[in-house]
Amino acid sequence: MKNQILAATLMTLATSAMAEDLPVLRVLTYDSFVSDWGPGPLIEAAFEETCDCDLQLVGSGDGAALLARLRLEGARTDADIVLGLDTNLTAAAAATGLFAPHGQTTTNFDFPAAWDDPLFLPFDWGYFAFVYDTTKLADAPASLQALASSEISIVIQDPRTSTPGLGLLLWIEAAYGDQAEELWQGLSDNVVTVTKGWSEAYGLFLDGEADMVLSYTTSPAYHLIAEEDASKAAAAFSEGHYMQIEVAGKVASTDQPELADAFLSFMVSDAFQSVIPTANWMYPAVTPSGGLPQGFETLVTPDNALIFSASEAAEARDTALERWLTALTQ
Amino acid sequence: MIRAIGAASAALVAAATLGTLAAVASKADALPRLTPSDWAAIRFTLTQAVLSAVVSVLLAIPVARALARRRFPGRGLLVTLLGAPFILPTIVAVLGLLAVFGNNGLISQVLQWFGFEPVHIYGLHGVVLAHVFLNMPLATRLILQGWLAIPAERFRLAASLDFSPADTLRYLEVPMLRAVAPGALLLIFLICTTSFAVALTLGGGPRGTTVELAIYQAFRFEFDLGKAALLALVQFGICAVAAVLILQAALPAGFGGGLDRTVERWGISTLGLRLQDAAVTVLAALFLVTPLAVIVADGLPRLLTLPAEVLEAAVRSLWVALVAAALTVVLALSMALLAEGRGAAWRGFIGFLGSLSIAVSPLVIGTGLFILLFPIADPVALALPVTALVNAVMSLPFAYRAVAPALAETDLLFGRLSASLGMSGWARLRLVVLPRLRRPLGFAAGLAAALSMGDLGVIALFAAPEQATLPMQLYRLMASYRMEEAAGAALLLLVLSLALFWVLDRGGRMRAVA
Repeated sequence: MKNQILAATLMTLATSAMAEDLPVLRVLTYDSFVSDWGPGPLIEAAFEETCDCDLQLVGSGDGAALLARLRLEGARTDADIVLGLDTNLTAAAAATGLFAPHGQTTTNFDFPAAWDDPLFLPFDWGYFAFVYDTTKLADAPASLQALASSEISIVIQDPRTSTPGLGLLLWIEAAYGDQAEELWQGLSDNVVTVTKGWSEAYGLFLDGEADMVLSYTTSPAYHLIAEEDASKAAAAFSEGHYMQIEVAGKVASTDQPELADAFLSFMVSDAFQSVIPTANWMYPAVTPSGGLPQGFETLVTPDNALIFSASEAAEARDTALERWLTALTQ
Repeated sequence: MIRAIGAASAALVAAATLGTLAAVASKADALPRLTPSDWAAIRFTLTQAVLSAVVSVLLAIPVARALARRRFPGRGLLVTLLGAPFILPTIVAVLGLLAVFGNNGLISQVLQWFGFEPVHIYGLHGVVLAHVFLNMPLATRLILQGWLAIPAERFRLAASLDFSPADTLRYLEVPMLRAVAPGALLLIFLICTTSFAVALTLGGGPRGTTVELAIYQAFRFEFDLGKAALLALVQFGICAVAAVLILQAALPAGFGGGLDRTVERWGISTLGLRLQDAAVTVLAALFLVTPLAVIVADGLPRLLTLPAEVLEAAVRSLWVALVAAALTVVLALSMALLAEGRGAAWRGFIGFLGSLSIAVSPLVIGTGLFILLFPIADPVALALPVTALVNAVMSLPFAYRAVAPALAETDLLFGRLSASLGMSGWARLRLVVLPRLRRPLGFAAGLAAALSMGDLGVIALFAAPEQATLPMQLYRLMASYRMEEAAGAALLLLVLSLALFWVLDRGGRMRAVA
């Protein structure tokens, strides 16, 4: 054991000595991105092949935790890129003044929304949706309204602690506006429970604790492609589906501006984008030339995409949270 | 020298708890205010924590008594398993519990076969049930320690005086309970005060909002660090008041020394008492073991085919756990020695420090440490040492609660003898204190190691990909939809934590088994 530790220590020292000659690009991102089963390792290998640099991915919680950490670090942060915020956070992120314009000219993103944010560049996106098991739930509801007036049980995430949870809040806000509270009141008896994060909710759903779970339209693709299980589906709702667009930004204080630019340009290229569908289980922001993996064509594609702009989202969320709390604590 | 180590330990604990709180408060922009929903969270926190603590301790007393006075096959295993629920990562405990008590759980399925409605677990009763599942075993262990610490000679004396079970209860057991139970009550109250994901999920939604969740909200939804610090202070205040109230009720039990013989019991072999103990033991075992059995059954298929990254993380976690356990023992013993023989106020203060690290929000400790470390070092590089340190501090309340009373008892029983022999300092520590504290120290080390194995707290704020611990890998597997492998990882975590607990705890318990 001792020898192994010694060997490991020497290895680490040796690698860091070798890496010293290379410029380091530090990307702060959410934890599941850097995981061994996420896109991180593939993307690190692909970028390091071309950049002649050391790409260091640092994970920290989820998108909101990421922003909180960046605010703590402030201008002294040693991150060069922050990757993994979404449009519900970009207003607050922009207000920190820590980001520099991304400078990329790519505008032909493959999602049904316009994009002209000078600070943040999208890397993937998806639709929130309620996922169910087709072998257990024969008649999936066709709208939020139908779900609210049905007996179908759902498990959702807390908007105060989870990104999808906040997504649902804004989804209902975008679809129902001032009637959002009534819809929540209708939904409140469908809600079995509210979890801290996505994983707990999805785990409960798979254990049969509820008929449907708040997730993404792309979730069934995982079961289909990785597990060859076609029984999971996302219900298409007539009100439309709220989108999540995940973005990255260049930190203004970066000491590697050229590398950061190179990374952002790499991010919207095929090498990065082709990793996204089956590693992050989201849609790539720019469909790679090889197209989407087989299986993605089976997914539900909503007729109507809903999304608030960054400033609308920032404005809507406090009211939306109040409505949610009122409806679910009555 | 021993005093200096004790003072350093106390300072370290104060820095990690109050220091981190101050660090977060120092980043506040504006004077925070509590909203009506914060007050609702405070009320709910108090209600569920009081109920959870009282129910856990009340149920633990008969179980501990049955375990203390009966010998049966599997007893050792059951005592070890009592450590299990407590050390489970929240997500695993919640999924295990709901597999038994949930809408689609075992109990509901059985009820539905017989045409009944499924149980409805979500609500205050669900929160209490979950907290009892998680903490009653800990209470049982603490109270069992108390029972086993009653010297054999007292039971011998009681038998020669022809005590009935009621007399034994009155003269031997109730005094012991008055010394031990308040500590257990307080500890569980403190643990439940900072509960958050369990309370939210089992509470069925925002009605189950605790102060810790409000801190989380202030931190990541509103990014109002002042508010987070204020709420953390409120949480700390609740715990401090509880500590003062409860510990005043605790009485030292001292009543003549013994020779550490095996405890033998007389007058407890009546059929009624045996049936009672058997029923209590079986019910408690079922309640605790069924959710664990679900976790084992879910995890077994993937246990042997876990990815290498998970195994590497497991080795990393073992190191963190062992370092944390060693640190906990040093902290607890040196602080208990520092408190020993001092005035009541001084003892109370050290006891307060030793108890309250669990009252500070883990999120605030993590964030505070980040704020403190960031200007001077790369927090990412320090992720693992910081995790070990924080876990040691978080385990201290359990360790201190186990070690300090035992030390006080040792001093009461042997203090004069060792003083008359001129023993002090290291000699006294080696010859008198350590041999007599083996059991609580082993328990403390085991608990600290097991707790650190399962902890996700600060590491999630700090870590780089190559520093993932086992709980982190478990969450990451779940986040990438790999629920089956996650179940395998959860089982590995459970097995490793229990093994650590067993090995370390065993050293101390050996002499209790005969």
